[in-house]
Amino acid sequence: METLDQAGGEAMSCCAGPLASATTIRAESSARIGLLEELNADARHLAGGGTNYQIALPAMHCGNCIITIERGLSPMFGIEKVRANLSLKQVSVTLKPGNDNLQPVLSKLETLGFTPQSPGAAARAGNDEVLSGLLRAVAVSGFAAANIMLLSVPVWSGAAGTTEALFHYLSALIAVPTVAYAGRPFFISALQALRHGRVNMDVPISLGVILATMMSFYESVIGGGHAYFDAAVSLLFFLLIGRALDQMMRSKARAAASRLAALSAKGGMVVDAQGDLTYLPLDGIKPGMVLRVAAGERFPVDGTVIEGATDIDRALVTGESAPIAVTTGAAVEAGTLNLTGAVDVETTRSADQSFLAEVTQMMAAAEHGRSAYIQLSDRMARAYAPVVHILAATTFVGWMIWTHGGFHESLTAAVSVLIITCPCALGLAVPVAHVVSAGRLFAAGIFMKDGSALERMATIDEIAYDKTGTLTTGEPVIKTMHIPLGEPVEVARALASRSVHPAAKALAKALASFNMALVSDLHEVPGHGVEAIANGRKARLGRINWVAEIASRTTGGHETGVAFALEGGPLYYSTLSESLRSGATRLPKLDSFVISGDGAEQVEAIAHAVGIAETHAGLKPGDKLALLQQKAAEGHHVLMVGDGLNDAPALAAAYASMAPSSASDVGRMAADFVFTRDDLSAIGFTYKVALKTARIVKQNFGLAIVYNIFAVPLAMSGQLNPLIAAVAMSTSSIIVVANSLRLQLVRS
Amino acid sequence: MNGLLFLIPVALGLGLLGLVAFLWSLTSGQYEDVEGAALRILEDEPPLNE
Repeated sequence: METLDQAGGEAMSCCAGPLASATTIRAESSARIGLLEELNADARHLAGGGTNYQIALPAMHCGNCIITIERGLSPMFGIEKVRANLSLKQVSVTLKPGNDNLQPVLSKLETLGFTPQSPGAAARAGNDEVLSGLLRAVAVSGFAAANIMLLSVPVWSGAAGTTEALFHYLSALIAVPTVAYAGRPFFISALQALRHGRVNMDVPISLGVILATMMSFYESVIGGGHAYFDAAVSLLFFLLIGRALDQMMRSKARAAASRLAALSAKGGMVVDAQGDLTYLPLDGIKPGMVLRVAAGERFPVDGTVIEGATDIDRALVTGESAPIAVTTGAAVEAGTLNLTGAVDVETTRSADQSFLAEVTQMMAAAEHGRSAYIQLSDRMARAYAPVVHILAATTFVGWMIWTHGGFHESLTAAVSVLIITCPCALGLAVPVAHVVSAGRLFAAGIFMKDGSALERMATIDEIAYDKTGTLTTGEPVIKTMHIPLGEPVEVARALASRSVHPAAKALAKALASFNMALVSDLHEVPGHGVEAIANGRKARLGRINWVAEIASRTTGGHETGVAFALEGGPLYYSTLSESLRSGATRLPKLDSFVISGDGAEQVEAIAHAVGIAETHAGLKPGDKLALLQQKAAEGHHVLMVGDGLNDAPALAAAYASMAPSSASDVGRMAADFVFTRDDLSAIGFTYKVALKTARIVKQNFGLAIVYNIFAVPLAMSGQLNPLIAAVAMSTSSIIVVANSLRLQLVRS
Repeated sequence: MNGLLFLIPVALGLGLLGLVAFLWSLTSGQYEDVEGAALRILEDEPPLNE
């Protein structure tokens, strides 16, 4: 550990977090070594020779935090510049040239009460290039649309001759560069779609805008009256607003996702032959190396325990709820959590071959099925584009026959059909509805990856729940307890309150109303439990067989429970049950089933408690995947709700998927929706919003189509003039946006 | 007409001025920490790191 720099240390007011327990501190100090590597990998070397680091500080939440951080770090040696960013909950630290040691900064942040984290590659989106590009395009097209509209007013009011020509040329001068610059996002996307032989909404949009601009330019030159610059540019402006909102929603969801990315093991402490510890990143860990894994850390790779004993929590990996005691010779999987004692593990497989990697491959294969889903707007475009083009062609042919080869009139009519059917409202119908819904969900602590998730969510007909960590909190509660009052219960509470084992924690909670006895020589025996001396007698709390060694009589019984005994006294034990998440009894009324890696008995008990009849227990990740694929083959649209590594393939394969924010990294990556509240009512609320969104989107399409039914005949008969085009386009867009805003009113 | 020749460039120029101002504020990172900026004003002393 570095010595702490004491400059500028001031009393922490509101920003100090609660004191972490000994376990988490142990875990953090070792994780911080890996953190340094990660931050160094992401650092930017500036032209002046300095280095800029982005450090995530999840605990930052107020104006005081900014001041505390900046004043705390600035006076330190070798610091060029410090700037805290409250929106991103990050601090940007620039070190002076020649200084490349960030460790004092991290230690200082720790003492100020902010645990530093790596922002992760995705969170470096503070300068989201795509979004700034879109915002620039919105600004340019907004400026152009407003000015061209103003220049159009005198023309509509009857300006003629030179004035009209002047205004048309001015409009052209503004519109042509604007369309060339601000239309690029649509043109690029349209070209890409056409290159792959597909049609998306951007194809008719690009065609309409480009044709309108070209025709208006031609009309201005020959002095005709059909200049649609205003319609074309205001159309771009509206559509770009939709695009920018969509992009904002995505980057917000991305930032939230990366902020959730916990300090998962991205490397490990390797013990070499001399017994020295060095930190190695994940891909540097080879089979045959010896790793030291502290209590509270996750195992980075698969291995065999060669020294020490501990309890491991495999819930995230296999779905088993009860912790398992491991000693030398036991195999541990990557991703399981080491609970009670430090162990040395010999690596059996490198990271890219471990259990985690198998699951990731399975997940990637499963995701192919979902990528076949085509967004609603693109499906609409497939139907819409041919109809529009046929209408335009018909208009052209009809006019050619009608006017006996009046090429110019025919072309004008055909192009005006393309302009008026340019799917402005259609282009806005879906993204705006999705953005408003995303905002509504966000406010309720649910974030979604993209709009297609909402569309898929709206059509589900079955729900599959994982048990451990999804329907249950993952924290056990005491079901029955037989410890007599007086000394035994007080000693039991003293022992339980000092253990990090989940079963002991549950007991401590259950005994919270009793006094605590004074005990001495209290220590944790990894893999077994807690031992102490109370009034000269030994007391033990932990696994039943170990506790029975000091008890007067042994009681055969439950391996899952936690046992307690005073030396020479009877053995008491309590059985555990899992506690349901709040809201687990108010799940959506759809056909549901539970799929879990845990034993049948536990699964059925929980399923019964939440009122689900169908259960599938003892499943490995591959089995869960197979079950969901079978359901999909039967034509069901299944929503999967799960949290573990073992659920990840199923989450990726399901028609739609949700995960709590406590899920494993991989599980969160695979899910469409992540909910940050502990309450399962998030599932019902998301489903409700999805249904409502689907309804609003259908209404939007309906409105857009009604507008076309009125406007197309006008265009085909050559009656369309620029005024009607501009008004019709703007109003239809505004109506669609206003209709989408009704999604804000969904009650949770 | 003379009035128009004079006024239209002025109107467009003012609009452009607004556009340029917005684009400048975007590139100079003024939207990167909207929440923090609102709270920094409450700081009593000038920041030490300028």
